[in-house]
Formats: sequence, structure tokens, C-alpha cells
Amino acid sequence: MHPKRKKRLIVVLAVVVLSSLGIGLVTYGLRGNINLFYPPADVIAGKAPVGQSIRVGGMVVEGSIQRSDNSLDVRFEVTDYAGTVPVLYSGILPDLFGEGQGVVAAGKLDTLGIFVADEVLAKHDENYMPPEVAEALEAAGKKI
Amino acid sequence: MIAEYGAFALIMALVSASGLTLLPMWGSFSGNGSAMNSAKPLATALFLFAAISFGFLVAAFLQDDFSLVVVANNSNSLLPWFYKFSAVWGNHEGSMLLWVLVLCAWTFAVALFSSELPQVLYARVLSIMGLIGVGFIAFSLFTSNPFARNLPDIPADGRDLNPLLQDPGLIIHPPILYMGYVGFSVAFAFAIAALLGGRLDAAWARWSRPWTNAAWAFLTLGIMLGSWWAYYELGWGGWWFWDPVENASFMPWLAGTALVHSLAVTEKRGVFKSWTVLLAIASFSLSLLGTFLVRSGVLTSVHAFAADPERGLFILVFLLIVVGGSLVLYALRAPAVNSGIRNAWLSRETLLLFNNVVFLVATLTVLFGTLFPLLMDALGQGKYSVGPPYFNAVFVPLMALLIPIMGIGPFTRWRQDDAGRWTKYLAVSAASALAAGLALPFLGQGFNLWVALSVLLAVWIVGGLVIDLHLKKSGAQSWSLVFGRQTASYWGMVLAHFGFAMCVISVVVVTQWNVEKDLRMAPGDSAELSGYRFDFHGSGSITGANYRGDEGVFTVYYQGQRLTELRPQKRQYLASGQVMTEAAIDAGFTRDLYVALGEALGKDGAWSVRLHYKPLVRWMWIGATLMGFGAFITLADRRYRRAKAHLRQGREALTYG
Repeated sequence: MHPKRKKRLIVVLAVVVLSSLGIGLVTYGLRGNINLFYPPADVIAGKAPVGQSIRVGGMVVEGSIQRSDNSLDVRFEVTDYAGTVPVLYSGILPDLFGEGQGVVAAGKLDTLGIFVADEVLAKHDENYMPPEVAEALEAAGKKI
Repeated sequence: MIAEYGAFALIMALVSASGLTLLPMWGSFSGNGSAMNSAKPLATALFLFAAISFGFLVAAFLQDDFSLVVVANNSNSLLPWFYKFSAVWGNHEGSMLLWVLVLCAWTFAVALFSSELPQVLYARVLSIMGLIGVGFIAFSLFTSNPFARNLPDIPADGRDLNPLLQDPGLIIHPPILYMGYVGFSVAFAFAIAALLGGRLDAAWARWSRPWTNAAWAFLTLGIMLGSWWAYYELGWGGWWFWDPVENASFMPWLAGTALVHSLAVTEKRGVFKSWTVLLAIASFSLSLLGTFLVRSGVLTSVHAFAADPERGLFILVFLLIVVGGSLVLYALRAPAVNSGIRNAWLSRETLLLFNNVVFLVATLTVLFGTLFPLLMDALGQGKYSVGPPYFNAVFVPLMALLIPIMGIGPFTRWRQDDAGRWTKYLAVSAASALAAGLALPFLGQGFNLWVALSVLLAVWIVGGLVIDLHLKKSGAQSWSLVFGRQTASYWGMVLAHFGFAMCVISVVVVTQWNVEKDLRMAPGDSAELSGYRFDFHGSGSITGANYRGDEGVFTVYYQGQRLTELRPQKRQYLASGQVMTEAAIDAGFTRDLYVALGEALGKDGAWSVRLHYKPLVRWMWIGATLMGFGAFITLADRRYRRAKAHLRQGREALTYG
């Protein structure tokens, strides 16, 4: 290889390595802002950490939605047909939220095994299923 | 027959694109003039066939031809005609055809407006555009044919356009965004052509610059429209979600911003050449990556259409060929690294280099945050999601780092500057920025450190622009003379920087001072929000052309005065049964009031209601619009036309001399 080109290659490689290192550090420092998805079966099995930001998703169990009479608190259950997790949420639910629909909730698991959500995401059109939910259902042996 | 004609036209477009890829390129290497001259007619044919094909698809939508799969899945006879029109790109297949059409339009525009380029360069630029065309037309034809038929069971009516997309914003957002996204292909083609020819000089930068600015302007406006649409249509009142698909358009924008600035250096000073070429390759590669992320359905996103692995694979392979091929070419042909520094530390070159480094690092951090979930999933580490806190934490400090330099850049001289020339003005600028930062927050909700900092930085940017004009005036000339002497490029820069300052204030103020309440409200209830009182009077039924729903009635009072009435809606679309929130917004220059209905609760007519007070939120879109128009203004610069006239003379002299 031409020495000049070799030099350039080294420079390019150095830039690549340094910037990946920098980004790696950024990510390391921000681990708290990245959250992992757990299917309900894993939550029931105790694989999900308590008190950490995580996401849980699956289908909303038929007949499980209960609303408070004087506030926006709502309780529902999410299932992947291998496990079911109760979810508490306070706020406005997305338009496509409903019984028998796929949802992903972000929040924290409390010590009683109840998932306290600060965000609930539903699919955004009739034919779309969040990939995490689709995979969790598939893993639990239930085809949609 | 419409569909068959459309498919046939698309096949003809593929043939033209293949011809455009091979013939002029072969001519440029073998010195065959007539082969090179075929570039223009081939580019014209390519555009015409793509336009005809697109026209046929539009016709199929307007005529409710439900024998076509895309029409049946994404349109409905009850849709108003303009939504039937925009339904063309409200689905995967149609939006890819729009991609193709926009690419062919750019190719045709280059063929038309850059015909003064040296013959070899002209042939190669168009050839490379043709190659990209081959890739995407093939993608459209073989993996996502918009003209596929629903035979023999033709549905009586269509399944309707996703109600989220039934909105005027969605008629213009995708085409404008694609104009920007795809527009970077021109900068890319110029870069590759220059690498092939081994001639990277100031002239090359001057030819490529207006195209890059135009693409950047479209992309800026496209992103702005997307943010605005999300704000009023999604019903959460958010304007930026760091959604993977938003990032997909934001990354080329960041790299493109670096490119726009580094092209200035290459044109004016003839340096940073290899760097500029690399940025041009990066900008377009990120556009392709964005297309891959959106079209493969690998990411959870509000933009994802139903996933299809085959399509993802096709774009991924195409992406690897383009990126890999151009980087190999770059490694072989880029001019040697210039180790001799020809400019002093304090010079515009250095400051623009700083700009480039900041934007590059910003691009990489966003890229990393976007790809991180994919990477971890591929490594079997679980399904992660990277949320806004990550992006805000890395992105905001980077932009803050950029601004101090932005306040000096405009008046710093090329090559070498003497700070003594302007330190006293800079002190005035700093003092006014500090004073404004301390005082102006009291016009709002009182002192807030972040708001104060944003005002300080914004005033500092504007201060730099004012100092620049003042230095240009130096002496006794009249202002009109000074103004008249500035170029279009200059005014474009001023407008864009000013717009950026508006965005900075807006983003910080709306983040810090946004007041949001989710409430349960029964008829007769009222709620107080930042001095505004919202009275809820109950809801009634409404019926639209293709939906039914409920409409809430709110009256807003400010300091006892009746201000306005807001009527947010909850619609259910008839064809799909999908439910949609239509927020009601009282827009203003200094604040927006935003009301959205959640859902009906209980028997007493109560609703869950979302109320927002959003100060200065409009400044963001106004600022971004100014940035876009600033970039458009630079196109009027006489310099680009003079270069053409000069070239034409030169060529005539060669021909007739």
C-alpha cells in the first residue's frame, strides 16, 4: 500500500476507534436512560428487576380494564398467555388502547409485582403490532 | 388497464436508468462524445417515464380502482379527493414510487440546470444518479410493486387511509421531506464523479454547493412540517420524540449541515476537500440508512408500515454496495491529507472546522442511540429502547458548545484574523446577551437558569450577525450601500442563523415552561392553567364525510375575559373503525393553548382531558422555516450564475476559436 494511503487509513481508523470509544463512554454514563423489554412470562418468573425503568408488553386481558370514578387512574392486565402482569397507570390512554389489543408500557415494577407505568404505547394502526409484543407472543407459543 | 400502463412506464424508467448508468459512464472513460451526450436525453426519458408511472398510480387512487392492492388497502370511496391523492404515498409501495419520482426529478433538474459543466463531469454525475435510480426502481418493481392487482376478488370498497394520515400536513410533508432526503444524492453524485476524475477543486465545490443547499433547505422544511404535524395530529402535544424514524431524517440533516458549511470552506479557500467529499458520501448514506430503517420495519415507530424482511434485505444490500463502494473509491482516490496548515488558529476555517466536528459528533451520537436497540437485539442481549433522555443528554450540550463559536464565525476573516479588530464589539455583544438572559425570563414565568442560558446564547448569535454588519459598514458609507453590496449567500446565512437562534429559545422555553394537565372533567367543570381558565360545557355528536365522533366544547378565559372557544374532537372512522384524537389549538405568537380529548368516562358525560400551555412553541417552526428559506435564498447568488456564464464563454472560445 502506498505510504500516504497507509497513513490516511491509520488516520481514518484512529478516528473510527476514538469516536466509537467516545460513544461507548456516553452510553455507559447514560445506562439509566436505556430500558429493556420483558415479556409478562419473564416478569412472573422474577427475571425482571424491581424499581428499574423497564418496558413490559403483551395483549390487554379481556375484561381486565378498571377505571377509577374520580381520577384518571386505570388498572389493567397484560398477558403473553404464559404469564399475566397487572399494570397501574394514571393519565390518558392512547386511541388504539383496548381489550385484546397489543400494548407496550414503560415504567417500574414494584415489590408487589405490580407494574406502575408512566407511559403506555399502543399500536398506531389496525394492522401493526409492536415487534416486541409479536415476538413475546411467539415465544410463548401463541400465534396472532 | 391503468395499472399495466403504470407498471410498463416504470419498467421503461428502469431501462432508461440502466442506459443512463452505463452509456455516459462508458463514454466518459473511452472518450466517446456521443455516448456522453446521451446523458441528457436519457435523464429526460427517465424522468418522463417515472412521472407517467406515478401519474397512473395517482389516477388509480382518484378513480377508486380497488382492483389494485395498494388502493384497496389504503383508500376508500368516501375519502375526499385530496386525501385520495395523498393516500398515494400513505403506504409503503406508493411512497417508494414517490421516492423514485423525486430522485428522477432531481436527476432531470441536474441535467437541465448543470449543462454548463465540463462534459465528462456532467456525464458522470448523471450516470451516478442513474445508478441510484436503477437501485430504487428495481426495489420498487421487484419487492414492492405498487401496481399489483387484487385479482380475481376485487373488493367493493377500500380499507381506508390510516386516519392519522388524513390531514393537510401529510399532503405536503412527505414530498418535501423526500425532496431533501433524496436531494443529497446530487451532492453524492458530484462527490463520486469528482473522485472518479481525480479533480477536486474550488470549481467542483461551487457547482455542487447550490444543489446541496437546495436539498438541505427541503430537508429542513420537511422535518419542520413533520414536527408540526406530530404536534397537532398525534394528540399528545409533543413536537419531537426522538423516534427512530425522526432520527432517520435528522441524521442526514446533521451531516448535511456540516456539509453545507464545509463546502463553503472548500469553495472559498480550496481546503478541506477530502473532508467535504466524505461528508457528501456520509449525508447520502445516512439518507439511505434512514430509508432502510423506515422501510424494513426493523424498528418500532409511528412511521413503520407492516414489516417485510425481503424489502429490508434489498435496501440493506443496496446500502452496503453504495457505502462500501464509495468508501473504497474514497480510500483510493481522495487527495492526500494536507498536513501543512495554511490557516492560522484564529480564522474562519478553524471555526468552521469546529462546526463540522460538533455536527459530526452529534450525528454519531444520534446514530448510535438509534442503532443501539438493533445492535443489542442482534447480539441477543435483549430488547432495549433508547429514550429521549439519552438524546437530550448528549445532544443539548453539543449544541450549546456550538453557539459560542456561531457568535464569532460570521465576521471572522478567512486565513487569519486579528481578534483586536473586534474584541470591543464582542464585549458589547456579550454584555447585551448577559443582560437579556437575566432580564427576559421575567417576561415569562420568572427566572429560570435554562431559559436564561438559551436567551443568552440566542442573543449572542444575533449579536454576531449585527457586529458583522457593523464591521462591513466601517467608514462613512450609507447603510443602503452596505446592504446592497451583500450577496444572496450572505443574506441566506443571516436568515438561517437568525432562525436557529429562534429555535434555540423556543425549544428551551417550551421544554421548561410547558404546563400540561391530564384531568377528568365533567360538564360544568373548569380548570386553571397558567392564568387561563378552561370551562368544559360537555360534548355532542358530530358526523363528517367518513367519520363519526364526539366534540367537546371548551371556553377559555384569560384574566376574566372570554378569549376563545375550543372544540377538540374524538373521531371514529367508518371504514376502519379506527379512533382518532383531533386536538383543538389556539395558536399564538407567544403561546399555544392545546386541548385534546382522551376518552369518555362514566355516565355523567365526563371525559379525560389533556390541557397544555405551550409558550413560544411556534418560534421553533418559524425559526426552522427561516433556516429553510435562508438556504433557498443562497441559490439566487449571482456567483453561481457567473460561474456558468464564464464556463460557457470558455467553451465557446474552445469551439470557435
